[in-house]
Order: sequence, then C-alpha cells, then structure tokens
Amino acid sequence: MAASRLMDEAEVRRAVTRIAHEIIERNKGARTVVLVGIAARGDDLAKRLSAEIGRIEGRTVPVGALDITFYRDDIGIRAEAPEVHETRIDFDVSGKTVVLVDDVLFTGRTIRSALDALVDFGRPTAIQLAVLVDRGHRELPIRADFVGKNVPTRKDEDVRVTLREVDGEDGVLVQDPVASGPLMRGRMTKRP
Amino acid sequence: MNGHLLSIHDVSADDVVRILDTAESFREVGTRVIKKVPALRGRTVVNLFYENSTRTRISFELAAKRLSADVINFTTSGTSVSKGESLKDTALTLQAMGADAIVIRHSSSGAPLTLTRWVKGSVLNAGDGTHEHPTQALLDLYTMRDRLGRVEGLRVGIVGDVMHSRVARSLSFALVKMGAEATLVGPPTLIPPDAPAWGVHVSHDIDAVLPKLDVCYMLRVQKERQRQQFFPSVREYARLFGLSRVRAGLLPDGALVMHPGPMNRGIEIDSDVADLPRAVIEEQVTNGIAIRMSLLYLLLGGSGPEPVTVGLPEEVASSA
Repeated sequence: MAASRLMDEAEVRRAVTRIAHEIIERNKGARTVVLVGIAARGDDLAKRLSAEIGRIEGRTVPVGALDITFYRDDIGIRAEAPEVHETRIDFDVSGKTVVLVDDVLFTGRTIRSALDALVDFGRPTAIQLAVLVDRGHRELPIRADFVGKNVPTRKDEDVRVTLREVDGEDGVLVQDPVASGPLMRGRMTKRP
Repeated sequence: MNGHLLSIHDVSADDVVRILDTAESFREVGTRVIKKVPALRGRTVVNLFYENSTRTRISFELAAKRLSADVINFTTSGTSVSKGESLKDTALTLQAMGADAIVIRHSSSGAPLTLTRWVKGSVLNAGDGTHEHPTQALLDLYTMRDRLGRVEGLRVGIVGDVMHSRVARSLSFALVKMGAEATLVGPPTLIPPDAPAWGVHVSHDIDAVLPKLDVCYMLRVQKERQRQQFFPSVREYARLFGLSRVRAGLLPDGALVMHPGPMNRGIEIDSDVADLPRAVIEEQVTNGIAIRMSLLYLLLGGSGPEPVTVGLPEEVASSA
C-alpha cells in the first residue's frame, strides 16, 4: 500500500506557471492558441493554464473539454462500457493551434484517441501536447511538447494526479499496483 | 450493463440515470460538424421490424450509424418472412451472420423475450404488442429532465388510449421508478383494469387533471389495435379527451405537451396545440437518437460475451 508523493501543491503550481510561459514562448504569444483538456482532470488543468496565460499575456485563451471515451481502441477487450464525461468545445478549432492538456502521459493511447476526436471538430493548424507528468512506457510514437515533470516509473505502478477542483488538494502520487486495482483500470481511465 | 433491454423493469433507477447522463454526451455529438464517433466500430446491429415503423426504425438506424456500427434493416415485407420463415429461423439466420444486437419490433407481446432464448447478442425491445416500448419511455424521461431539470416529483398526465399503448405502460413504470407522479386519464374503457397496481393514479376527467400537471403526455388513439368499439365516436372522443387549444390553456405556465408520435392531429391533439412552443414533440424525436446511442453504447460497448438479462421474473429466467 506504499504511496509516495512526487509533487506537492507548490510544485504543481510552479509547473503550471512554467508550462504557460513555454506555450507562449513556443507560439510567439497566445493569439492563435486554444486549450483543450482531456476529461477528467486535463480539463481542469487546461482551465488553470488558460488563466495563467491570460494573466501573463493579458488576453483570454479559449478553453474546452474533450472526452475521448468514444474513440478508445479497447472495445473488444474491456468488460464494460466506460463511463462517459462531458465534451464541450464551443469554439472553432480550424486555423488554431490546439494545445491538448492531460494530467499523465503514459502509453499514449489516450492522446491517440484525443487526436482522432479533435479532428472531428475541424482542422487545426497544429496540435501540441502539454502534460503535468510524463511517466514513460509509451506504446505509440507520441511525445509531449510541454512537460511538468518527467517521472521514471515501473509499468505496473499507478501514478495519480489529484487536483483541488475534483479531489480537494493538488498533488501527484505514485502507488503500488496492489493499492490501485486492476491494471486496465489504472491505464486508460486514470481515475481512483 | 451487458445484456438486453426488454422492459423498463430490466433497469434500476441508477441505470436510468446512467443511460440519461450518457445520452447527454451523445446529444453533444449530434451538434458537431462530424456527427459520428467510432465507439462501436466493427459491431453489427440488426433492425428486425415485424410492424411498420418510421421514426423508431430510423432513429435506431441513425443511432447505430453515428456510433460507426454496421446496420442491417430487416423488414418483413419482401423478405424470407413473407415466404413463411418463423421468428426463430430468422433469428438464427441473423445470429449466424454475426449480429451483436437485434432491435426488434413485433406485434406479439413477449416476442423480444422469446428472441433472447435463441440468440447470443443483445436484444432491444423497440415495441412489442401492447406490452412495452422502453426506449420511448427513456427518451421521454430524458426530454422531461432536459426541459424541467428533474424527473423526481414531476406530475405527469398520460392521456388517451392507455389500454393499447405500450408507450403508456413503459412510461408509467419508468415515472414511478424515478419518483414522479403519473396519472392516467381516459375513458374507463381505455384504462387497463390493473392500472392502479402500477403505482399510478387514474382519472376520467381531463379538465380536472390538466391544471395540476408539469407534463401532459398525449397518446395516439390506436385504431389498428382496437378490436371492438371503445368509444361511441371519434368526434365524441376528441371533444371529451382531445387536447384542444382551450384545454391546453388550463395547463400551468411552463408545463410541457408531449406526444410519442405519430400524431392524429384533430383527434387526440389539436393541430395548433401541437405547434405551441410548449409542445416538445420534435425534441422528443431528436433526443430519441441520443438515448438509443446511449443504450447501444452501454449494451455493446463492453466485450460482454455472456449477456445476462437483469430483472426477469424468476420463473421466466429459469425456463429460458
């Protein structure tokens, strides 16, 4: 049942601030940038990044939420239909630089699903990826453009991001597989 | 939620909430530029319709297509059924072709249940005889919750030919399950004698009921199912139980008028009442696609090699 803390509240806050600066620097401002967070938790991180970029640049950055459930690739092997979250992208992504935001980058399968989902909303100029934690073990040729923290993990460990908005406090925990239930659940859903 | 949907009794109140919540996401999909998601890619859905239907069949077809499932429409005219093939042989044939789900409409109550004994896939009841039409009830609940913010505590009047209406049965069961207050309204000949056992109220005076309703749900007079005379004349029925413009004025502000369609304008509902802003009949149709996507997704979205039917009466389950 061992759980160790990888990031505390201050570290999460600094990482978000740094990523916001990096997004602005990479895109020479934030004029064409829109943020799309992957539910759940990526959408809350995207809102924080939007607020931070707004504070730095003095302009608001549109922020949306994307649920990738309908685009997952495990239809034949999962036992039950996964829970669905809200998708809300009430702006046009065509001609924009979309920064996808997620809490943990692991196998890359969630991001592949998100890329598929996103192009159903239009044709962005570019898609970039921002994650709070990159824990390695990619199964697809996907990498993040902006990373809060690189964390070496064992594949069977469970990395869990908690956010004030949903969990009451900010932090990143790594847990033994025993404490986190079946591997499949931890892999795609990233929910406690 | 692997298994079948034969009756509202198959689903718990929690299941209903999950079905409606999931439908919320699918309605959002319906507003996108590309209204299609790959959630059921590679699955096959068969629409097996032994009775005429336009909206339910098209709704299921569109729902399956928007989930990227393959859809086969099997209607009885011009097919092996008109050559005398039995339901069982048709079912076995469809199963041999790899149907993951069969959506069935049949004039005999219980046909979908019978079908579950022969096929491995999920069976969805799209209306069987005078028994049930669960997907209609669920889309009606969704529409009520969407417009009025809740289902619990709503006062719903179901008016008309309850006797022959599978919609009225499913909707009554669903409303009672979700804690709403349902009142059946109609001439005594068209209210089933066992209705009070469903947990609903019964009234024969529409004008007394209308001012106390949040939803006025009008039923079609199903002349094709009436094997005897249930009321003296259509004109008299329309005068006593039809929702005229004057009657619609008795409804409280904000109350909805609903109808499962197809409507007989001028009989159970006046033409200009059907076109009032409070009549949400077209929204019911739009929401129907989202609800059916939700059900297909929840039933077929897992691997589910061994479907289990929940909520079957024990003796039926054991003899299956």
